[in-house]
Amino acid sequence: MKFDTPAGQNPIDRLRVVGCPTDRIDGKYKTTGTAAYAYERHDVADHQAYGYVLGATIPKGRVRAVDTAAAKAAAGVIAVVTTLDVPKLGLGTMNYASLFGGDRIQHYHQAVAVVVAETFEQARAASFLVRIDYAPEAGRFDLAAEAPHAPPAKADSGEGSGADGAERVGDFEGAFAQAPVQLDATYTTSDESHAMMEPHATIAAWDGDRLTLWTSNQMIAWAKGSIAKILGIPKQNVRVDSPYIGGGFGGKLFVRADAVLAALAAKAAGRPVKVALTRPLVANNTTHRPATIQRVRIGATRDGTITAIAHESVSGNVPGGVPETAVDQTKLLYAGANRLTALRLAELDLPEGNAMRAPGEAPGMLALEVAMDEMASMLGIDPVEFRIRNDTQVDPNQPDRPFSHRDLVGCLRLGAERFGWAARNPAPGQARDGQWLVGMGVAAGFRNNLVMKSAARVRLDAAGTVTVETDMTDIGTGSYTIIAQTAAEMMGVPLDRVVVRLGDSDHPAAAGSGGQWGANSATAGVYAACTKLREAVAQRLGINSADADFAGGEVRAGNLSVPLAQAAQAGELVAEDAMEYGDLAKRQQQSTFAGHFVEVGVDVDTAEVRVRRMLAVCAAGRILNPKSARSQVIGGMTMGVGAALMEKLSVDKKRGFFVNHDLAGYEVPVHADIPHQEVIFLDEVDPTSSPMKAKGVGELGLCGVGAAVANAITHATGIRVRDFPLTLDKLLAQMPDAA
Amino acid sequence: MAGASAPASLAALPGIARAVPGPGDDAPVTARVALTVNGVRREIDLDLRTSLLDAMREHLHLTGSKKGCDHGQCGACTMIVNGRRINGCLTLAVMHQGAEITTIEGLGQPDALHPLQAAFVTHDGYQCGYCTPGQICSGVAVLEEIRAGIPSHATGDLTRPPELSEAEIRERMSGNLCRCGAYSNIVEAMTDYAEQASGSRA
Ligand code: FES
Ligand code: FES
Repeated sequence: MKFDTPAGQNPIDRLRVVGCPTDRIDGKYKTTGTAAYAYERHDVADHQAYGYVLGATIPKGRVRAVDTAAAKAAAGVIAVVTTLDVPKLGLGTMNYASLFGGDRIQHYHQAVAVVVAETFEQARAASFLVRIDYAPEAGRFDLAAEAPHAPPAKADSGEGSGADGAERVGDFEGAFAQAPVQLDATYTTSDESHAMMEPHATIAAWDGDRLTLWTSNQMIAWAKGSIAKILGIPKQNVRVDSPYIGGGFGGKLFVRADAVLAALAAKAAGRPVKVALTRPLVANNTTHRPATIQRVRIGATRDGTITAIAHESVSGNVPGGVPETAVDQTKLLYAGANRLTALRLAELDLPEGNAMRAPGEAPGMLALEVAMDEMASMLGIDPVEFRIRNDTQVDPNQPDRPFSHRDLVGCLRLGAERFGWAARNPAPGQARDGQWLVGMGVAAGFRNNLVMKSAARVRLDAAGTVTVETDMTDIGTGSYTIIAQTAAEMMGVPLDRVVVRLGDSDHPAAAGSGGQWGANSATAGVYAACTKLREAVAQRLGINSADADFAGGEVRAGNLSVPLAQAAQAGELVAEDAMEYGDLAKRQQQSTFAGHFVEVGVDVDTAEVRVRRMLAVCAAGRILNPKSARSQVIGGMTMGVGAALMEKLSVDKKRGFFVNHDLAGYEVPVHADIPHQEVIFLDEVDPTSSPMKAKGVGELGLCGVGAAVANAITHATGIRVRDFPLTLDKLLAQMPDAA
Repeated sequence: MAGASAPASLAALPGIARAVPGPGDDAPVTARVALTVNGVRREIDLDLRTSLLDAMREHLHLTGSKKGCDHGQCGACTMIVNGRRINGCLTLAVMHQGAEITTIEGLGQPDALHPLQAAFVTHDGYQCGYCTPGQICSGVAVLEEIRAGIPSHATGDLTRPPELSEAEIRERMSGNLCRCGAYSNIVEAMTDYAEQASGSRA
């Protein structure tokens, strides 16, 4: 099915099941521990052996030799596979550093060996007996030192980009120079770790030349293709299965070392092997969100109209890697006739930087939305009003290209009202509650909506059960439930008549989970398959499908009313289709919006920051399930508190690695850091996105919220810190007199 | 290390056996461990190095208890041992001879949820679900700790019984990380369950 004109009225609009705050259909499995994650699939293959991964202890250089004799002789050991045993393997989709094979070490904790034994304890003990002789080389680990000579990175759209990699509209430099009010500020954000609770894990089993991976991966079709490419085997010989995924946040978008090593180890051992990365490997062996240095310049008239806006960012990555696209939102978020955005990329020999939840916007909004706050205070204009004054309904780069639907203003106005913004004293440092200086901050939330081709298969059996099969994943996003809701709505059955099977590469390829495109795209694919199934049902029943109404477990047309199950009496009906997209998303800009409001308390003596209240008002098209969508947003808000206040992978600039590579050293928000969180969804639909009229919310909750935290701290204390995270040591020296 | 050369005295203890020595004489030292798990008595021969968490996950195939770090840093492995919550990854199974262990599977099953499991479903107190069994085991035990009058860092007055407040819940649950960020909903699920429970007690 092709989606190339805005959606009209369709069966989803009935909203009997879709749009309801339904409990998750997988909830009873997750809450009882009966949902089996990758490493827990004892039932899928007999005689699973245990693989234990060793990571390189140098950041750059060569492996000269590996002595495995002692390890191989250790009790229980079945096989040892080292990086010298295999040639350098190919790169999978969007991998930039080699996962295994050959003698080159590109980053610290790159996998160098896997030890396979009968038990986990034996594999671990034997891994300590592997002796590796390295030839280390000097590396580059300091972004600030590399930044001044970092070359321009190719901008992704290409349109309007100059030789310097910058995208320009009008004359930024001229307009900025003439602007009566100018801000020129530099912000830094830290390297961050996905730190999903389930470390990367895979069970691999070979059957002749066919490989099955029970793994934890967000993008099944990509994983299947990548593993085939990396191992040099035909794609059709690979099956990947990930029905439950213990968090990914982008860290499981691409195949990682656990999958490659499990496959190689299973081959060497001649039996199934299970491999999980140990927690200390996750930060340096896998990917992270790269640190950035961002310069924002805003020029405005005294009445608060932006006339010039520039956002430049430099980040680092392994050679051949990509930049953190921290300037992207600045192309679209605010009006202004003269504009400049640019990215530069430094080569670093740290682990690979790659997508982490809301790549680009998450760090980019930290800079832009703090800059907007700084500008508002220079202008003496309320920060909510300043944003509203510079709203745009068209793509500022291409004014003939409107937003499909944009209600940022509505988010900010409703948020201000609900949060009690009017009671805020604009002067900083004035509100006190006992030991606490109290401040309120605001930021816009912004993230583009992407649509991706997505396929599904739907079955109707003689009992009237509708089964949906697609390789879509549920990484905590609620895919199981919204897919069931979509099929129930389309086929006119209650939710408990729908069975959903996800994450298996033997099913039709879906959009997968990434870039907040999953919910809208995957349900649109189910819509397409159900549309086909409705036609097949109507045909079986001898009804004109255009007249058929699917409701209450029946198919109705005129006076006729037939149980849906009857259509499958003569045999199961199966329909498969994909939703594909025309150029609607090119002609109109599809984005999602939020108003983030945060209240903090800052301890007058210690400068400890406590988040007291949080509200996000979101405009993101139709909300398919307000309960699970709300969870996506509060999850993003929580991660945003982490980015604002505590998350930082600390670089050892001499030895070249992230030092705090576990959950004690890398701090993420805990229960005590997070207050009750409020989320409001504006009641809207976007017919240009898909027949579902929905957009993504999985990343919107994160984009901007950290800036709202930072702005609240400034409001509480009068202190402006531009170096994230805002740990108390950065505030302490400037704290106002506690008296 | 652990299995390299077991002292003779250890091998002489009842129930502790050395497997047939392999090359390098590092064959694992094993012990027969008897545990009551979710009300059922289980006896298993375990490598002395096996954590209580791995005894559940790898030997009894009770994979509801999760391994998030294997270091006592995340709480995903929380289980209830002799009435108190512990991190199953931080303790060896052999140290728990005769213990009564409740894992998430012992609290309820998909068709017969424990009321706190049901409250997690109602309040959407999870997303990916990987921290969830630990949160729920911890949650059940936390509410017991408050009832038993055990104070926490958030308890204002140590001479009085701690209150069942959100601040107490947040403090006591802070060893259970949720990277998906379901905290706000988890606290609501726990509060809801605690109120139901105290209502039915009164
Ligand atoms: S697995 Fe035990 S605390 Fe993390
Ligand atoms: S639900 Fe995913 S970590 Fe808590």
